[in-house]
Amino acid sequence: MSGKVIICRCNDVTADEIEALIDSGVTDIEEIKRLLRIGMGPCQGRTCIPLVISILARKTGKRPEEIPLPKTRVPIRPVRVGVLAGGDDE
Amino acid sequence: MSKIAVIGGGIIGVATAYELAKLGEDVILFEKNYFGSGSTFRCASGIRAQFTDEANVRLMKYAVERWERLEDELGFDINFRQTGYLFLATSEEEIEAFKANIRLQNRFGVPTRLIDMDEAKEIVPILNPEPFLAGTWNPRDGKANPFKTLFAYLFRAREMGVDAREHTEVIGFEREGDEITAVRYRSRGKAESVKVDAVLNATNAWAPTINEMAGLKRGIVPIKVYKHQLVKTELLEKGQAEPLVCPPSWNDAYIIQDGEDGGIICGAGIEHEARGLNDVEPTYDFLRGVLRYAVMMAPPLKYAHVIRQWAGFYAKTPDRNPAIGKLLEDFYISAGFSGHGFMMAPAVAQAMAELIARGRSKVPIDWEWYDPYRFERGELHTSAFQIG
Repeated sequence: MSGKVIICRCNDVTADEIEALIDSGVTDIEEIKRLLRIGMGPCQGRTCIPLVISILARKTGKRPEEIPLPKTRVPIRPVRVGVLAGGDDE
Repeated sequence: MSKIAVIGGGIIGVATAYELAKLGEDVILFEKNYFGSGSTFRCASGIRAQFTDEANVRLMKYAVERWERLEDELGFDINFRQTGYLFLATSEEEIEAFKANIRLQNRFGVPTRLIDMDEAKEIVPILNPEPFLAGTWNPRDGKANPFKTLFAYLFRAREMGVDAREHTEVIGFEREGDEITAVRYRSRGKAESVKVDAVLNATNAWAPTINEMAGLKRGIVPIKVYKHQLVKTELLEKGQAEPLVCPPSWNDAYIIQDGEDGGIICGAGIEHEARGLNDVEPTYDFLRGVLRYAVMMAPPLKYAHVIRQWAGFYAKTPDRNPAIGKLLEDFYISAGFSGHGFMMAPAVAQAMAELIARGRSKVPIDWEWYDPYRFERGELHTSAFQIG
């Protein structure tokens, strides 16, 4: 893979950036997530995490199923603050 | 050159390993999970010198000076920005207390000042000024990226020869009398040991367990672990709430715009004692409670979306000040940061490394104030002013 291939669309992270980080020795998906902010945007990693896992598997010689998913955060889908904070009458 | 084992791969352990390497020591660092997994990678990113006692004000003034130069020193982008801290008063009595804090901070060269709500509104455009009377403002306080900062220290430490291992758990010490001679550890199911001259316990919430391994009473440094949660909104345009904004009388609630993506991080002192050291489950009462405060502080937030909620630990000592110092001849502790480990790290790491390598430090740190034996002696200090 070469050129500017966007893997994480929420935070504009490219395939090159992911590969470079793995090459620098960072191979724990929880660390890759935080350094590149993959899966930390509104989509919660639905788009990017499977792609990151396949890149990580290829580069580390592991099978994709050996790579754990990063911890999922609530809420599963974005929720409006006003809904959770309640109205003035509460 | 001595062989020094640092236990704990959070910001305190990693930064101290780096400082020890700078002083020419041979360092091995152990992290049982992934780097930063304990508290550092769950923190709210704030850095402030606005404390309310001399020891913490002087230490944090020095820490901020280190933060200002850290990016150049480590050669890595850590996104440190001096966007300030703004504390807001809701009563006349609180304004008087704020004025006393400002006098103390000014005495040690921290340029905090009292501002009116017009100025506060200019600094924080989405702020609702109505509930507040005045604020204390220090433009030199700020924030940095905890992930990048930890890895900046780690990359530099490794370049300088630090053997930093993650997913490697310390399981015990070998001792001759009181002296620790080796550290036993386990990695991928295999137990090994390494001979060492000194050990630093930098495990924060996990510190009592490591103290016990060293033959000390578990409660010698009594650390209670509280779940401290955060909620973050979707990515928003920058410049709307860059400083950490906090009315302390509202249960220490605060907002701060993430320096990376502009999402607004919301915190509050709605805390639960953790059920155990694996208990980082977010709670619904916190989610609703913190957002009520956030919306009162910044009403436009109600139109934004929450995208994540997470929890970390405040590893609290009884006086909410960390335990920093020597516990045994070759066994040191730097733990119990009570929510302030990230901001204090550049100063505390240097002080601890100099203590271990040289027996004294150039850092303006009040060793008596942070003495790990003060709890045993029943001497508590006034509580360090908490919050991000």
